[in-house]
Amino acid sequence: MGLQALFFYLFSFVAVASAFMVISARNPVYSVLFLILTFFNSAGLFLLTGAEFLAMILLVVYIGAVAVLFLFVVMMLDIDFTELRSGVLEYAPVGALIGLVLAAELIIVVGGSSFSPEIAKTISMPIPAIADRTNTAALGDVLYTHYVYFFQIAGLVLLVAMIGAIVLTLRHRDNIKRQDIPTQVARTPKTAVEVVKVKSGQGL
Amino acid sequence: MEIGISHYLTVSAILFTLGVFGIFLNRKNVIIILMSVELILLAVNINMVAFSSFLNDITGQVFALFILTVAAAEAAIGLAILVVFYRNRGSIAVEDVNMMKG
Repeated sequence: MGLQALFFYLFSFVAVASAFMVISARNPVYSVLFLILTFFNSAGLFLLTGAEFLAMILLVVYIGAVAVLFLFVVMMLDIDFTELRSGVLEYAPVGALIGLVLAAELIIVVGGSSFSPEIAKTISMPIPAIADRTNTAALGDVLYTHYVYFFQIAGLVLLVAMIGAIVLTLRHRDNIKRQDIPTQVARTPKTAVEVVKVKSGQGL
Repeated sequence: MEIGISHYLTVSAILFTLGVFGIFLNRKNVIIILMSVELILLAVNINMVAFSSFLNDITGQVFALFILTVAAAEAAIGLAILVVFYRNRGSIAVEDVNMMKG
């Protein structure tokens, strides 16, 4: 068994085990941490297949942004999670049955399959040798030329998601004090200072 | 035994199934359901990258990148909706969601 197989089994076993812990952990904070572990090991699997750029993107975008966003939300919401766990096993047998059937079908279908020799003719964008072009450069070659419209649309999707998230969560509260910069700047000595003549022996 | 595409597809199938099972198991907790959806998308990404690598075609990696984009957008919007829902109702139980009619 070569080194590659060893690392494949290591990464895939840890990924699957932590994915199971994601859905079965009692505390959602643990779930998020196990989700991070799953993503991390999947990044290892990506590296093994040679998709280096995607592996790094998985680390940066998924673990650095999405998983930490989950962590923020889980810690921000003050929820009694034990109450949400009640009745957890109610649908577990049905779910396990469906899951087992699904997994068995998928593994039977994909496990024994192999590529036909003619499939090499249908390849549209062959991956250049790693000595000629790094994975990131090869991906950029294709992404900014053939898939440039898809790339722009992906940017639009992210923009819409950002605006949507801001619009959804922004709320304007009236009864809090805010700094009003125009009013501050418009103040003059006339409006700010009031000169009062105080008679001696009397207060204001 | 050489690591072939069927190994990767098996791992991805197991991850996908765990994601589906997670939705059944935690049907009251929206946060875990969102995490299960992330697991499902990750399984799809592993599929894409494995096919890209073993067919020697970089298109799969491009599509995996787009799936990553959509997954990030989906997580952001989903969590934003979750926060708004929690503000309005004080809980995130899935059963209460049908109160949002109208």
